[in-house]
Amino acid sequence: MGMTIAEKILQAHTDTPEFKQGDIIRVNVDVALANDITAPIAIHEFNKSALDRIADRSKVVFVLDHFTPNKDIASANQCKMVRDFAHEHDIVNLFDGGEVGVEHALLPEKGLVLPGDFIIGADSHTCTYGAMGAFATGVGSTDLAAAIITGQAWIKVPSTMKFTFVGELQPWVGGKDLILYLIGDIGVDGGLYHVLEIDGPAVSSLDLSNRLTMSNMAIEAGAKAGIIRADDKTDAYVRLRAKRPYTLYESDPDAQYVSFKEYDCANIEPQVAFPHLPENTRGISEVGEVRIDQVVIGSCTNGRIEDLRIAAEIMKGNRVARGMRCIVLPATPEIFIAAENEGLIKVFLESGAIVGPPTCGPCLGGHMGILARGEKALATTNRNFVGRMGDTQSEVYLCGPAIAAASALTGRISSPQEVM
Amino acid sequence: MIFKGNVFLFGDDIDTDAIIPARYLNTSDPDELKMHAMEDADPEFPSKVQKGDVIVAGKNFGCGSSREHAPIAIKASGVSCVIASSFARIFFRNSFNMGLPIFESDEASKEIREGDEIEVDASSGEIRDITTGKSYVARPIPPFMQDLIADGGLIEHIRKTGKI
Repeated sequence: MGMTIAEKILQAHTDTPEFKQGDIIRVNVDVALANDITAPIAIHEFNKSALDRIADRSKVVFVLDHFTPNKDIASANQCKMVRDFAHEHDIVNLFDGGEVGVEHALLPEKGLVLPGDFIIGADSHTCTYGAMGAFATGVGSTDLAAAIITGQAWIKVPSTMKFTFVGELQPWVGGKDLILYLIGDIGVDGGLYHVLEIDGPAVSSLDLSNRLTMSNMAIEAGAKAGIIRADDKTDAYVRLRAKRPYTLYESDPDAQYVSFKEYDCANIEPQVAFPHLPENTRGISEVGEVRIDQVVIGSCTNGRIEDLRIAAEIMKGNRVARGMRCIVLPATPEIFIAAENEGLIKVFLESGAIVGPPTCGPCLGGHMGILARGEKALATTNRNFVGRMGDTQSEVYLCGPAIAAASALTGRISSPQEVM
Repeated sequence: MIFKGNVFLFGDDIDTDAIIPARYLNTSDPDELKMHAMEDADPEFPSKVQKGDVIVAGKNFGCGSSREHAPIAIKASGVSCVIASSFARIFFRNSFNMGLPIFESDEASKEIREGDEIEVDASSGEIRDITTGKSYVARPIPPFMQDLIADGGLIEHIRKTGKI
């Protein structure tokens, strides 16, 4: 019987000779990732175990990206705990200080996550790396401690749902719009426990950045992973960065799927998710008049150079609306440097935007852009739950970089066609 | 083991930001986290909850972040177990890994009311609503997860067996 990409990766990473959907198997982990919020609990569990054993220190990655630059004393203490642990145990993949990037933008760039890998991360958006043809899934801190100690994780073998995007992409539509459209269709638990395998000519036409955006939000449909087959574009990106071998898998023609869906991109306009769930999506033409106080362009979803180029193209020579706070956070130092070299940082600053360091800060209401009671934000991030970016009486709307940039100029949710 | 307490009822898609808002994640101390458990869904929850009480919710409980602070905050608040129609997958595995008992039952989730006194038999999965007299049976827990519970969580399981 044929196998999916997900099943092939699991098979290559487990000692269990035969398994079927629903079985719980032990899987060898290629990368175990945590951040400054989740690593402290993992370290606490590691210490509590008194096993003092690290299966393979080269596979452990810590990125201090959530409450950094340290937002308060408690956050500083959490970072210090992770830093001290990394030093004590010779964890070389510690990203701290000026090496910090938003983790899921940083790891692909550093060649730490590769096609064919089985990756776990104590961060729900670990599913981002599915866009590289890897099986990547979010877990908790205790799972991470277990992986640090044993090199393994337990996983219930998932079934796979297939989503195919055909037709031509409409103006200003990117990966964010396609994945919001999908989530709007199946709901925030529409992919619960499943792998989403996403393909089709429209997806093949996207660059890796836009594909990473799509896989990033698989968790917003409840899914275990969001996998896109690694192709020549993936290989070209990875070849320059990889320091170890990798495998490009594809699903067999007779692989088993629990469902198939096809979306015609001719019908997909730029999308906006309304509060307070990512499934509350509308096409831009159906948004109506929504005034906003803040725009955030950044995050593991849409903080890459390709996103910043789109935003700068729209904002160049224009001014951010009066009373609007537009916050641009390049997701990694490499992206920041590229944006500087391409003149994008100047465009943002001259338009009246704030440019900040790589951090997850505002996305989760941590710091660097907290909302007051009654305020509304439009963000290229991935969640719009109650209180996500600040006060419980504030609201977050989600979109891609084009809508975000246009809306920063008008002060209300707008199409780029209004300002260009 | 029998859990007994009064019910706090919540709806569908209760996310981890509602269970423990990110603004409190600059600590992982259970005693601090419990002060803010469920705060953004019910601001009075931390002051009202009594030891043994039970959370009953709709579908996709615990969706969103991977933060283990969520089950830690719930457990530290005194809640004995959570019953939902379904759980988001990371919350589900976190609960077994760190030792918060959770049970899935569509019927119980739909019929049990706020404030009902209920009793849950962890070994049989039987949920009894003492207030209404009705009984429900939770979906069976896979043998591997039963081992995790018996061993006292994933790390203790590794200590005992030498592997996951």
